[in-house]
Amino acid sequence: MKPKTTTTGLASVLALIAGMGAAQAQGDLVIGMQLEPPHLDPTSAAAGAIDQVTYANIFEGLTRFGPDGSVNPGLAESWDISDDGRVYTFHLHEGVTFHDGTALDAGDVKFSLDRARGEDSTNAQKGLFAGIETVEVVDPLTVRVTLAQPDGSFLFNMAWGDAVIVAPESVDQLKTNPVGTGAFRFADWAQGDRIDIVRNEDYWGTPAGLESATFKFISDPTAAFAAMMAEDIDAFSGFPAPENLPQFDSDPRFKVLVGSTEGETILSTNNAQPPFDDVKVRKAMAHAIDRQAIIDGAMFGYGTPIGTHFAPHHPDYVDLTGQSAHDPELARNLLAEAGYPDGFTTTLKLPPPSYARRGGEIIAAQLREVGIETEITNLEWAQWLEQVFRGKDFGLTIVSHTEPMDIGIYANPDYYFQYDNPAFAKLMADLQGESDPEARGEMLREAQRIIADDYVNGYLFQLASLSVAKTGVQGLWKNAPTQAIDLTGVSWAD
Amino acid sequence: MGGGAMLRYMVKKLLSLAVSLVVASAVIFLALEVVPGDPAANMLGINAQEETLAALREELGLDRGPVARYADWVGGMLVGDFGTSYTYRTPVSEMIADRVVVSLPLALYALALSTLVAIPAGIWAAARRGSGVDLGVMGLTQLGVAIPNFWFAMLMVLIFAINLRWFSAGGFAGWDAGVGSAMHSLTLPAVALALPQAAILTRVMRSALLDTLGEDFIRTARAKGLTRGQTLWRHALRNALIPVLTIIGLQFSFLIAGAIIIENVFFLPGLGRLVFQAISARDLIVVESVVMLLVFAVIMVNFVVDLTYAAVDPRLRRSR
Repeated sequence: MKPKTTTTGLASVLALIAGMGAAQAQGDLVIGMQLEPPHLDPTSAAAGAIDQVTYANIFEGLTRFGPDGSVNPGLAESWDISDDGRVYTFHLHEGVTFHDGTALDAGDVKFSLDRARGEDSTNAQKGLFAGIETVEVVDPLTVRVTLAQPDGSFLFNMAWGDAVIVAPESVDQLKTNPVGTGAFRFADWAQGDRIDIVRNEDYWGTPAGLESATFKFISDPTAAFAAMMAEDIDAFSGFPAPENLPQFDSDPRFKVLVGSTEGETILSTNNAQPPFDDVKVRKAMAHAIDRQAIIDGAMFGYGTPIGTHFAPHHPDYVDLTGQSAHDPELARNLLAEAGYPDGFTTTLKLPPPSYARRGGEIIAAQLREVGIETEITNLEWAQWLEQVFRGKDFGLTIVSHTEPMDIGIYANPDYYFQYDNPAFAKLMADLQGESDPEARGEMLREAQRIIADDYVNGYLFQLASLSVAKTGVQGLWKNAPTQAIDLTGVSWAD
Repeated sequence: MGGGAMLRYMVKKLLSLAVSLVVASAVIFLALEVVPGDPAANMLGINAQEETLAALREELGLDRGPVARYADWVGGMLVGDFGTSYTYRTPVSEMIADRVVVSLPLALYALALSTLVAIPAGIWAAARRGSGVDLGVMGLTQLGVAIPNFWFAMLMVLIFAINLRWFSAGGFAGWDAGVGSAMHSLTLPAVALALPQAAILTRVMRSALLDTLGEDFIRTARAKGLTRGQTLWRHALRNALIPVLTIIGLQFSFLIAGAIIIENVFFLPGLGRLVFQAISARDLIVVESVVMLLVFAVIMVNFVVDLTYAAVDPRLRRSR
């Protein structure tokens, strides 16, 4: 009897301590992420970690992505599009101020867009602004953007983190002291450790539910697991150890969010390098690959198979996985037809993420089964960019293309996988000029079919978005339509 | 032992120190020059346009030749300017200062733990050679050397952070939070770092003491009528300290420069993690400066150890 009392007593003390901790944490959230941003200016670097911290939280653009990937009004409350589709007139929200107290006006919008497309711009997505011909200030709350040609994806482009609106007064210090218009303002950055943001009490829109938030950088998967289990952190976005997710799922203290990202994970193939210049060889490889085995083996079951370069959660997605079903027998026959009855040897260069390293080993085994030998090389990102992406010195590589709606990369014959199809390029050019949603949808479906028919790359799976959070955390995005950890709608359940 | 001999010895050591630093700077710079990867391309990612890359390279000064960049770097360091990080765009010296306040205390903490455990344990084992105590201590050191410290670190996290909740699983509370909290957050990492060091040091202490105890002068001391304990404390220990000091010096260098894995396991914002991040981001100026600083620290530690030898063993001052 006695030991039982002691245990109960101890348990209630522990519960009390735990309760105190939880009460203290209500207005604050500590969220883990794997990579630390190099700096905090989303308009001059590609690093996804910058957007994760700043997108919607600190910086806002004319339009913004919603949790489902839709394009919603941002700083622009509405807009008019001219009949020829070339002139966009944006009406800005009234009473928007930057975190330094200065007011947002049409001049700031003109400054931001002109800076991004200017000659000495270091914007990583400068292409988003390439179609802009002029930006004019009509009045303090109205700005008119004229495009060289109609562009059906212009509003979408303006929702990117690279297109956020910044002020000329603060632009020089954005990298270390970001000044935006968002619901949170930047507070502190302990480099190598964490970034703190606090609620912007003067926010023009719905105020944030949290008083403050901390982004904590934990790169090691085991450490991420430990920090979550020890409740040092409240949530982890992009959890790096999928093998541990079932453990969190079965623990009542935590919940697991499994969603989709914009990351098409593909076995990228050098279309200009023999034997991959032969569509039969590429088709053979496509049939040699068992997608589910890769998803199970490399991603512990998380990920959606894809048969083309398009996100499955998109309404215009066409499921073409059947066209490249796992069939080693067919693969061997196709190789023989193409003149490689005994297979061949090629290179497989793998960047650091586990989808590539783990997936690469599995793909190598699957290709070996049909006679294709691969020499695996592990590369760092910097080497991958230099050798594979820029140098085009590779046979095969595995990479997740995380930019949203990026099927247009197949229209560029100089892109690293070097797919050259004028018909496809024309379709993309036509798409650009089309603003009718119906017609655009049909063109996008057509585009998916063309690259699937040409077996340009091995289409593996859509990268899953995996997050873990304490049960009381609500409002976190499940899907990742852009690389953002939008905390503006996050709060603690009562 | 005149003051002149000590002075000559120091000048000689200082000269070799300077030469080592110059050679090290050249090697570090050359090594990073040949590493593939363009910092600008790395920062702007796969959608960057050629003109954007050129603009960034110019902004970073990467469009200039290697000789000019080397001269800038070395010239800057001589006046205490380590340059500006390519990616973070903050002065490298500030970044180093931020990280040193984590790495240095951690190294000292670990060194203190390992020395405090190892020296008494080594003496004890040597004094009771062949006894159960000796066997026990030696067995534990075998284990300490064999266990990888990152695994030991994870084990401690599992027990003390996840189950017992005595410590957090990682991170650094910061000195602003008070010395107590800061040291508290460095405790598990320090123990993990200290374990293999303590094991090695114990073995070195024990065997050095046993070697000395076998020497002729010990027999003479015993013959003069000193007890075993007296000989051990007055004669043997002082002579056995030379190899022990060497190992402590090596270990300190290792603790400052080599804590990368432990810093990653405990996600501590230390120097090791900075280098790790900077290498993958091709932030060459940060890598160069931090590695140079570490080389400097290692060389300085060795210099101090050399001087300590000379203090402990007067013969060294004359022979070198």
